Amino acid sequence: MKAPSTIFYALLGLGSLAGLALGLASAGTHGLLFALFTILVVGGSLMCVFEPSVVRSAFCLVGTFGGTAGLFLLLGADFLAMSQLLIYVGGILALLLFGVMLTPPDLSERRLPRVLGGLAAVGVIVAFFVGKVAGVARWVQTPQLKAPVSRTEEIGVGFLAANEYMIAFELAAVVLTVALVAAVYIARRRKEDLTENEDRPSEPFAAQVSQVSQAHAESH
Amino acid sequence: MALSAYIAVSAVLFALGIVCIVTRRNIIYVLMGIEMILNAANINFVAFARFNGDGLDGQMMAIFVIILAAAEAAVALAIVLNVFHLFETVKPSEVDLMRD
Amino acid sequence: MEILQFDPATDFKLLLAAPLIPLLGYVIQICFGKFLPRKGDWLLTGGMFATMCITVYMLAKAIYAAYRGEPFQHHSGDEIGLAFHWLYSSEEAAGGTTNVVAAIFYDSLGAAMLAVVGVVSFFVHLFSTGYMKGDKRYHIFFANISLFTFAMLGLVLSDNILFLFIFWELMGLMSYLLIGHFSHDPGSGFHRWATWACKKAFMTTRIGDVCLLIGMLMFYREFHTFRFTELWEAAKNTVAANGGVFPAWMTVAGLFVFGGTVGKSAQFPLHVWLPDAMAGPTPVSAMIHAATMVAAGVFLLGRTYPLMSPDALTVITVVGATTAIFAATIGMTSWDLKAVLAYSTVSQLGFMVAAVGLGNVTAGMFHMVTHAFFKACLFLSAGSVIHGCHHEQDMRMMGGLRKKMPITFACTLACTLAISGMPLFSGFYSKDMILAAGFERVLGHFNGWSLYALLALSCAAMITAFYMFRLIWLTFFGEYRGSMERHMYTDMLVAHGRGGHLVYHDALGRLHAPKDEPLSADDGHHGHGGHDHGGHGHDAHGHAEKAAHGHDSGHHGHDSGHHGHDSGHHGHDAGHAGHGAMDSHAGSHGHHDHAVVPHESPINMTLGLIVLALLGVFGGHFWLAQGDPLVHHSKPWFVKLASWDRLYGPTVGEWASRQPVGEEARAHMEHVAHQSHSYALYVSLAVLTLGFLASWFLYVRRRDLPGKIARNLGLVYETVRNKYYVDEFIQRTFIAGSFALARILSWVDKYVVDGLVLAIGRLGKAIGGFSAWFDRTFVDGAVNGVGALSQAFGGVTRLIQTGRIQQYAAFAVAGGLLAAVWLIML
Repeated sequence: MKAPSTIFYALLGLGSLAGLALGLASAGTHGLLFALFTILVVGGSLMCVFEPSVVRSAFCLVGTFGGTAGLFLLLGADFLAMSQLLIYVGGILALLLFGVMLTPPDLSERRLPRVLGGLAAVGVIVAFFVGKVAGVARWVQTPQLKAPVSRTEEIGVGFLAANEYMIAFELAAVVLTVALVAAVYIARRRKEDLTENEDRPSEPFAAQVSQVSQAHAESH
Repeated sequence: MALSAYIAVSAVLFALGIVCIVTRRNIIYVLMGIEMILNAANINFVAFARFNGDGLDGQMMAIFVIILAAAEAAVALAIVLNVFHLFETVKPSEVDLMRD
Repeated sequence: MEILQFDPATDFKLLLAAPLIPLLGYVIQICFGKFLPRKGDWLLTGGMFATMCITVYMLAKAIYAAYRGEPFQHHSGDEIGLAFHWLYSSEEAAGGTTNVVAAIFYDSLGAAMLAVVGVVSFFVHLFSTGYMKGDKRYHIFFANISLFTFAMLGLVLSDNILFLFIFWELMGLMSYLLIGHFSHDPGSGFHRWATWACKKAFMTTRIGDVCLLIGMLMFYREFHTFRFTELWEAAKNTVAANGGVFPAWMTVAGLFVFGGTVGKSAQFPLHVWLPDAMAGPTPVSAMIHAATMVAAGVFLLGRTYPLMSPDALTVITVVGATTAIFAATIGMTSWDLKAVLAYSTVSQLGFMVAAVGLGNVTAGMFHMVTHAFFKACLFLSAGSVIHGCHHEQDMRMMGGLRKKMPITFACTLACTLAISGMPLFSGFYSKDMILAAGFERVLGHFNGWSLYALLALSCAAMITAFYMFRLIWLTFFGEYRGSMERHMYTDMLVAHGRGGHLVYHDALGRLHAPKDEPLSADDGHHGHGGHDHGGHGHDAHGHAEKAAHGHDSGHHGHDSGHHGHDSGHHGHDAGHAGHGAMDSHAGSHGHHDHAVVPHESPINMTLGLIVLALLGVFGGHFWLAQGDPLVHHSKPWFVKLASWDRLYGPTVGEWASRQPVGEEARAHMEHVAHQSHSYALYVSLAVLTLGFLASWFLYVRRRDLPGKIARNLGLVYETVRNKYYVDEFIQRTFIAGSFALARILSWVDKYVVDGLVLAIGRLGKAIGGFSAWFDRTFVDGAVNGVGALSQAFGGVTRLIQTGRIQQYAAFAVAGGLLAAVWLIML
């Protein structure tokens, strides 16, 4: 158990250093920052995939989300970056941690060969695509980047002006409301479940289902 | 940095999200993978808007995606809890009622 | 006199309202009649009053136009475009051959007819409010009678023969419903007779209706039109093109059309339904006999006269004259008050038809109008008498009613004088004209048939006077016999005879069984079966058998000297079992207390009598002419109103009158006409006197004589008494024939058709067996093969259907990647 993770982290550290150097070399400070955030994003997700512990995986995602926010900053989307930090790191990640805490830990679920195989396959495919796309696609790139639109007022106006994104804004509001209600509805403990649990040890639903399906199979 | 660098990062992130969903045997990981994929999409939106777009479209799309992600996370977590309550497990491979 | 000018703009709407008011009344009455106060009779009677006012007002316009010598033929479609486009193909083809357009046609004849219908219908409605009081289906009765009126009004106003036919059929239906009015009321005692009679009426007239339809379509096929005016023109042109001779097909078609009249107006072979129509309530009889049903047939004849060829007219003459004499003789022997009137109607209809056949349409139509008044009055009087005598219809149970029912008596007497042809009464003028037409024929262009018609009509006129006065004597004079038993009157009549007890009884007794079930109820009740010939196997006939036997034993007892009538009573009671059916009060007060005093009817019933009697008296007068009535140059009002050019328009009218061309011939004809009018006057006066004196002598002076005569005539009397066995003839030939045919067809159906069907069925079964085997072997095999194949395929695909979300996600990604590869690489 120890050896694979040591190798993994070693490779990860080396790769990060190389990336930082490459970034600094290619585009100066900007390149360095880009390399830093990329390392956060890719490294965080790699660790998330690789880590056996759910809790640690969840914390690794902090890097991914934070790195994404950094990339947003580099792209001139300041408001979006802050929103990303607030919502993902402050909200979604907290939710995930709640989920982790409310479910039993299972340290044996990670199958290393499977993960590595998946990584390898994905790596090949991505490499192929990146190389291919980078080589083939001609990105029409504005020679002079316009001043980025990132001021909060502009985004607010964009949301509230009738001819721009108001529909999307309202739709988002509706979606959030529905989702909130739905989440509460789905997650609530039913009264009968509670009483049932108190009265007698109820047979797990899965067991019932397996019985039923067995009977079904036998009848075939 | 050039647009292709952002796209490459996005692609890698997306791929790792897929790997996370497919390889790990815990529903929480599925959720995490979905979040990664959404993040990858967001990076693409913003990058394309920055380099090739006009106005706020990309950012608005990203904000919308973030909102959806938040909603999805809440609902999905509720579902996870329900699944755990019903099946006494969080392994997607064992929640296989859809078979047959 | 602006107000009497015909104004198309408003008057057509009034004319349209005339039939629509009863129709609306019908709808309201059918839907809500039950819930209205007094069951809605005031509504319909009020509506009919409005209709009557309209029709009379419009008739006044027609008369005014005739007085001023203006033409009077109005067509709403031509004048104000008020027309109903039915079966209307296209705009270009307007007025073309395939279009049926209905509009209002209002001419002098229609005006007179319309007014007659309006007046008679109103008074019948009014009369019914008294007569039908307490009836179970009072509101239905009013609804039906209203729709009946609507049908007749629509028929009169139709401008084409097709719509006339539609209303004609509607009238047939309504007559069915009204004659069968009591068939829904088992308590009335009439219901079996009514059920049977309404069917008989409907089926009998149906024969005529089919004939009319055939004739109508024959004319349509040649002339491509249904409109009367166009038909007349076309007939005239066709005959002119044919060299002044009617083509043979027109004779045939005309006779078919006349078939409709024969059915509806109860002419000779098909007259059997009309006497049985008495099964309906008396107001309905008044309606049918006067204004609506039977008048429709004569009206049709008036409308289609120009289409009739001389040969067809000869047939019409013969049929009419035969009917006249034939029905009159039957009427002479009836004991039933309504039956006498019914046969009188048949006889008078024969007069009208014969008049048309003799070429004097005006006379026929005139007689129809005058007859409508006095016959309606007579029937309503009969209703009043029956009502007053508590639904007794047998004249032997009446007598002496003139003091108890003075108004009814006065009205009946007036109308009897009218129908008998008393000078200055309306019937005189019309009947005189008919006889004159007969003389004109005989003196002008003689042929045997017209001589026969003349003789028959003269005899019929005499017999009419005879039986009408007989009715008067029996009903209103002498002593009231309602408290006696039937046979007592028989005895009383017989008592004056010299020693003829047994023989008389034999003569009468044999006839008595049918006669005791009087003359009507029995006929209807027991079907066609000959009353005195036993063993027809009718279950109802058992009654008649019993009755006859009972009576036999009755007079045997009589014979052996038991004058206490005990056994006679017995016999009478048995005979009465059948009679009870028609006497709705029989159950309540038994046979022995007929001593209920007859009373005069209330005002709502007598009012109609008075008005109709006045019309019957004055309806034929010289309203439009000055001078002495007996001078031939002045003419009754109707003759001016319905002269040839007014009936059919100037051109067709001139042609249809079939007057000879040339001065000399014309002068000759005028001379003949003059002469024949004189002869007719003498003849009609003579026959009236003869008939009157005969009836007076037989039923007042020497009351023993009728029995003697009946005895001496024996078989002849019996034959007449049984209505010449026409019913029996029809029963034995047509009805039995159709039953036999039905049996043959049933046999064919059972053995031939069913056998064929069975064989086909067996064949089908065999094929089915083969098909089943084929199905099991091949089709099922194929189906099972497909099933097995898909099962195998499912087994394979099942391997990847693991139900695991992650696997599915992996597949999805793989698919997406493949798509991306394809997009990028190609």
